[in-house]
Amino acid sequence: MIIASKKPIEEIIQEITPYSRILILGCNECVTVCEAGGKKEVEVLASALRIFCLSQGIEKTIGEHTLERQCDHEYLEEIRNMVDDYDAIVSLACGVGVQFAAEKYLTMPLLPGVNTVCLGANEDRGLWTERCQACGSCVLARTGGICPVSRCAKRVLNGPCGGSTNGKCEISKDTDCAWQLIIDRLKALDKMDDYEAVAPVKDWSKDRAGGPRTVTREDVKI
Amino acid sequence: MQDTSTKEAFEPRIIGFCCKFCAYAAADLAGSMRISYPASVKIIQVPCTGRIDMIHILKSLEDGADGVMIAGCLEGECHFLQGNFKARSRVEAVRRILAQIGMEPDRVAMFNLSSAMGPKFAEITAQMTDRIRQLGPSPVAAAGKKSRDAA
Amino acid sequence: MSKYVSSSRLERILKAGHLGVTSECGPPRGSDAEEVTKKGLLIKDYVDAVNVTDNQTAMTRMSSLAACIHLKLLGIEPVLQMVTRDRNRVALQSDILGAASFDISNMLCLSGDHQSFGDCARGQNVHDLDSMQLVQTVRHMRDEGKFLGGDDIKRPPKIFVGAAANPFADPFEIRIPRLAKKIACGAEFIQTQCIYNIDKFKEWMRRASDRGLTEKVFIMAGMTPMKSVGMAKYMKNKVPGMDVPDEIIQRLAGVEKKHQAQEGIQICVEHIQELKEVPGIAGFHIMAIEWEEKVPEIVEKSGLYPRPDM
Repeated sequence: MIIASKKPIEEIIQEITPYSRILILGCNECVTVCEAGGKKEVEVLASALRIFCLSQGIEKTIGEHTLERQCDHEYLEEIRNMVDDYDAIVSLACGVGVQFAAEKYLTMPLLPGVNTVCLGANEDRGLWTERCQACGSCVLARTGGICPVSRCAKRVLNGPCGGSTNGKCEISKDTDCAWQLIIDRLKALDKMDDYEAVAPVKDWSKDRAGGPRTVTREDVKI
Repeated sequence: MQDTSTKEAFEPRIIGFCCKFCAYAAADLAGSMRISYPASVKIIQVPCTGRIDMIHILKSLEDGADGVMIAGCLEGECHFLQGNFKARSRVEAVRRILAQIGMEPDRVAMFNLSSAMGPKFAEITAQMTDRIRQLGPSPVAAAGKKSRDAA
Repeated sequence: MSKYVSSSRLERILKAGHLGVTSECGPPRGSDAEEVTKKGLLIKDYVDAVNVTDNQTAMTRMSSLAACIHLKLLGIEPVLQMVTRDRNRVALQSDILGAASFDISNMLCLSGDHQSFGDCARGQNVHDLDSMQLVQTVRHMRDEGKFLGGDDIKRPPKIFVGAAANPFADPFEIRIPRLAKKIACGAEFIQTQCIYNIDKFKEWMRRASDRGLTEKVFIMAGMTPMKSVGMAKYMKNKVPGMDVPDEIIQRLAGVEKKHQAQEGIQICVEHIQELKEVPGIAGFHIMAIEWEEKVPEIVEKSGLYPRPDM
């Protein structure tokens, strides 16, 4: 799923300064699961902002609402009748949701309430870690199911680099060396011969390098 | 700005979330032992402090409480094993939010005690009342009062 | 057809079976070329070629290519180091051609230290290619006379291609397969990471030799003299992928502080002398970091002077 982290409240307070009626808009999907922008986080942020306004003698209306998804037209329609009561929306969805809402409500300022971090997994309670960079051409079949693009700090496709020490990356002792993981897995799969196959120069045109990407499915189109 | 005399006079309104297995029972015990404790603490019984969410603490402050205390079992003695640890980390999270929005984090505090500690209950409520008295009334409560007066 | 792929003197010396000697020179953090040329002239007669580092430890410095040109113009043979961290395949190919236009004929392909170690920790890294793919790229440009995009190159670059190897990085069991991969990609010479753990290095060499890799590539052992016990401890604890045995630290700690530098040189010379006898060793890459003036002494004491005139 998409992993996001909460923005510092000070930053949100800065952003909402010019507006007096603000809707905090949550999303029930990824950001709910990673506890950054679901209904609960909307409540907490809205309450904190109200306490801030009351204690500083600032008059603002802070509203709350959470949508099933912010990356779908039909769910975003749900707030059509509500938006006139506000002069800005703080969206706690990922960057996709913020932009989709912005496209839908052309004259409504949309402010992000979270930082969208990565595509990741819930590795442990309170710990989310990156697993994919959506490079557009998956190499996992050849790397023992461990991704060198997202998990190697240098996205080395023929690794490990010289900085791998005790299975950890040179950038931090807390970061696993992706290539150590790949080798461990290839060994477990009895596929170490795969290691010696050279990964060719990668086609990054399917990555962000190729410009904004689209997926078109004629069979699904109406 | 308040002088000390008004601080003395100020009677804080404190919400006390008390676990039914320990702090709430300790409050009961204090009562039967005829130990008086400050009337400033309004007790809300919870099945476990692990039930308390950040929003409960924030809502209390938003609605005008001058302070919030969470009283759970001694560490390692939670009936639900980890409830009081969860509560502690949520209390810490709320305190961080308060710091970010310019409010004194000390308005929110966590205490641990057992059901047998009646006198201790009286002690922590007195301590909390004293602390909030030092901090003065919550600016939120003041703003709420102003708007009520205006109405 | 010539048996040489380039006009590199290093290539001729290695192919003639002599022990090659290279050193390195870090470009300055400023635009004064004299800092490079001074270092170069200091060691000119004691080495066959001088590596010029490419923004090492991710600190912004004078461009490696520009520094190489300064050396080349003084008649010093440079080894152009190129990392894949900062440039994409357009820039890398373009710089390769730029180097070839000055007849810079040695190149070392590296991935580069992560930018978080340097002065631009908040910058992007590129890593369009990795170091092995860069080796392939140079070989493709040289041998096929083509760009990666497929177009013909007018006057393809004649460059002797090298890669780095760290015999000590983890996991140890893939060190040899990894070397084999670099050779398969087209590396013609290898300069290793600094060697302090001689036994482990010999084991690595033995395994390389068992796989026939020493027949296919010239392995130059990386040597860095220790200036002090503090440096030894720093190398052991702070530099990624470095293996400094405790006895080195103890030996340095055992002498007075003012004699530690000399002891460090002595250790380096002893190591070179020991490794000269190891089958498959093609030469030495002496990296005296900000201590270039000591290179002549090390080369002489190790019996590697004078350099063959080729």
